[in-house]
Amino acid sequence: MITLDARTPEGPIENRWQTWLDQHRLVGPRNRAGKNVIVIGTGLAGSSAAASLAAQGFKVKSFCYQDSPRRAHSIAAQGGINATKDYANEGDSVRRLFVDTIKGGDFRSREANVWRLAQLSENIIDQAVAQGVPFNREYGGSLATRSFGGVLVQRTFYSRGQTGQQLMLGAYSALQHQVAAGNAQVFNRHEMLDVVLVDGVARGVIVRNLVTGEIERHAGDAVVLASGGYTNVYYLSTNAMGSNVTATWRAHKLGALMANPCFTQIHPTCIPQSGEYQSKLTLMSESLRNDGRIWVPRKTNEARPPGEIPEAERLYFLEERYPAYGNLAPRDIASRAAKGVCDDGLGVGGTGRGVYLDFRDAIAEHGRDSIEGKYGNLFDMYQKISGDNPYETPMMIYPAPHYAMGGLWVDYELQTTIPGLFAIGEANFSDHGANRLGASALMQTLADGYFVAPHTVTHYMTQSGDRVGTDDSAFDATQDKVESHIASLVDVGGSTVAQDFHREMGNVMLDKCGMSRTAEGLSEALAEVRRIKADFWSDLRVDPGVKELNQSLEYANRVSDFLELGELMCHDALRREESCGGHFREEHQTPDGEALRDDEHFAKVTAWQYRGDEGDPIPHDEQLTFEDVKLATRSYK
Amino acid sequence: MNFKLVIWRQHDPDDQGEFETSEVTGIDPESSFLEMLDQLNAKLGREKKHTVAFDSDCREGICGSCSLVIDGTPQGPHQVTACQTYMRDFIDGATIKVEPYRTNAMPVIRDLVTDRSALDRVIQAGGYISTTTGPQPDPNSMPIPPAVQEEAMDAAICIGCGACVAACPNGSAMLFTGAKVTHLNLLPQGQPERAERAFNMVNQMDEEGFGGCTNFGECSRVCPQEISLDVIGMLNREYRRGVAAQKPKHRAKMTAQ
Repeated sequence: MITLDARTPEGPIENRWQTWLDQHRLVGPRNRAGKNVIVIGTGLAGSSAAASLAAQGFKVKSFCYQDSPRRAHSIAAQGGINATKDYANEGDSVRRLFVDTIKGGDFRSREANVWRLAQLSENIIDQAVAQGVPFNREYGGSLATRSFGGVLVQRTFYSRGQTGQQLMLGAYSALQHQVAAGNAQVFNRHEMLDVVLVDGVARGVIVRNLVTGEIERHAGDAVVLASGGYTNVYYLSTNAMGSNVTATWRAHKLGALMANPCFTQIHPTCIPQSGEYQSKLTLMSESLRNDGRIWVPRKTNEARPPGEIPEAERLYFLEERYPAYGNLAPRDIASRAAKGVCDDGLGVGGTGRGVYLDFRDAIAEHGRDSIEGKYGNLFDMYQKISGDNPYETPMMIYPAPHYAMGGLWVDYELQTTIPGLFAIGEANFSDHGANRLGASALMQTLADGYFVAPHTVTHYMTQSGDRVGTDDSAFDATQDKVESHIASLVDVGGSTVAQDFHREMGNVMLDKCGMSRTAEGLSEALAEVRRIKADFWSDLRVDPGVKELNQSLEYANRVSDFLELGELMCHDALRREESCGGHFREEHQTPDGEALRDDEHFAKVTAWQYRGDEGDPIPHDEQLTFEDVKLATRSYK
Repeated sequence: MNFKLVIWRQHDPDDQGEFETSEVTGIDPESSFLEMLDQLNAKLGREKKHTVAFDSDCREGICGSCSLVIDGTPQGPHQVTACQTYMRDFIDGATIKVEPYRTNAMPVIRDLVTDRSALDRVIQAGGYISTTTGPQPDPNSMPIPPAVQEEAMDAAICIGCGACVAACPNGSAMLFTGAKVTHLNLLPQGQPERAERAFNMVNQMDEEGFGGCTNFGECSRVCPQEISLDVIGMLNREYRRGVAAQKPKHRAKMTAQ
């Protein structure tokens, strides 16, 4: 039996991180160059962790599959980043951000981690500004803020609608600074395919050079996975084409437990799907819900254009149902409500899967210039994609898979159940419980990368023992395993490309393990995913040539892991007999259709152990305790 | 919709390469250019032929992975990235030519994939503020007028796709470098390293084999982020400041009595 010990420090919650910092062991400045850290992924978490560790003097090797670290998908985040600065003088505080995040996550996250996140939020803004991140400013030159879903204060900092891009370029430039200083090395177009364990401890990685196809070995004193989330399991999502679960899944297969894999977020404001061969969905920032009003026509089969539908015949379903938060209800609730009205036949657009996001009233009240100043680039982006002008006609939006709250189980030090293997950012399950609030992902990735992992990884390396060389037999064995997996993909010799299997699987997952789930549907999904997996391994087509740039091989390799993850998500969703946050089981709802939690049995994290061919995965539970915030039914009414 | 595609195929950097013609049929007008290429690859896979290699990632115009030249224009005809170019904007039955960037400093790796790591090395030469993680001053202790922030932001939105270089008859990266120098040198945080930043980044551009600017303006014309030619003026000005800063300083020397 595995016991999950979060190793959270004792004492009052507000002092715990300081207590930990005061006691952790250090590596002297002269000894740091002798310690190597491997960081997988160069998004906000990976770049910030790599830059911070390198700046301390450790030798860092940083890997990304893209052609430049700057292209990691954090770059696409739009709306903003939360921090408890309280510049707006609303009485905001660390405790309020902590409570909002715990409540927003529907009481399924670990209190001590969330408190630390809220505490560190201020430092992130300071750090980013020092790097030259151009956050929006008020007329006097001070930082501007706005509000986001699920909260009643304005604590979100932003750079137009490109906050992720600017923070990403800040972290990227910090990493490039360390490359120039000789402390960090970036391996672009390299993909991690396995972790090397020696006596159960992470000692290095096996990566594939995507240009030459060479399999490379890299040894390190610690391995940090910052490889992002897995919502591409749904095929159509707001993630990048290359976003994948391979790094975390391979670690999971080696023994790292995967926590709450069924907790995925379906984001309410995305551009609706238009055709079968669409490859991805584009998010429209949640910040638009500050000024845009969401509605559908009150009658089915409405044929009039939106501008001609009178006020009385519009159903502002979020405002009616959740008067306190209105259009700013949290993402899980807003998404389900949109799905509900479309299920009732009130949806708009060609597919009937869309709702209006209307700026008519905001433009009348504040003027077009003001709206353009706040959202200009988002409006332009919408027009580029849809061909419609949102200043004149309402946008159409629909929910889309966006974020994975689940991920590798980590303790307070962000270490997985494999010693020496850390997971940060979206790759871990950490702070968002069953639902993430807007503008909290950027906050968490950077808190992990700039301020937590650099200390906890250092602490670990004081006791990690001697480094193992890449000539160790464990490297031989792992490389053999990786090479035979690659060969098996090429050897299938069928005639269907990986994208076709991926699309088929994504449809099953979205339909049966998406916004709304039932025991029956999940059982069907399990069978269907297994069937698709069998088809994949009998009719896959991959270009020949493994010692060269081979994108069809890269893609097939990622899909082979998604197919296994899909099964685990269904197991997890089946076992969790309650509704919470983004996990909505139709069997468990209140009479008025809200999520019904079961705190007695499920106020816990479920971390799964991989068994492969030996049988179904085994769940292990970490009990969650709520001492600093009272367990309560989430209400945004 | 149906299209005839004339696509550059090149096995590796040493291969001479050639155009290959393929046809795609039944394309949804709402498909993006890259989704059309996905369908071509699915078809090639079914026919057991080698798929076409091309870079893409976010497919929403922000990561800068796209690097196609469509009908002679880097990123395509509409001054948006290839991933945001839609088939509805092409004529049904059209012949479309697809090539990789062709410029010395960014060589072809395979088919439509090019090596743009030279741009990273230009950033390593000075495209950052030399600060490290740790306690920093409160941002409101250093007010920045919104107009300055806006101007810096107009340059900071560069996605590093390299279309500017591909469009330039000289293969110059001055729009890319100018955008980074403008972003950082306008802000108070960027002042201490202002002169050497421009100087070092320009030297690195030369070392990578990028050409100089002779004011064609093609770079700005194709830039998906519509970065203004003004950043090149700024880069030239800042470079002169950098050259001036290289001259030995005349300090009063203390002489032993």
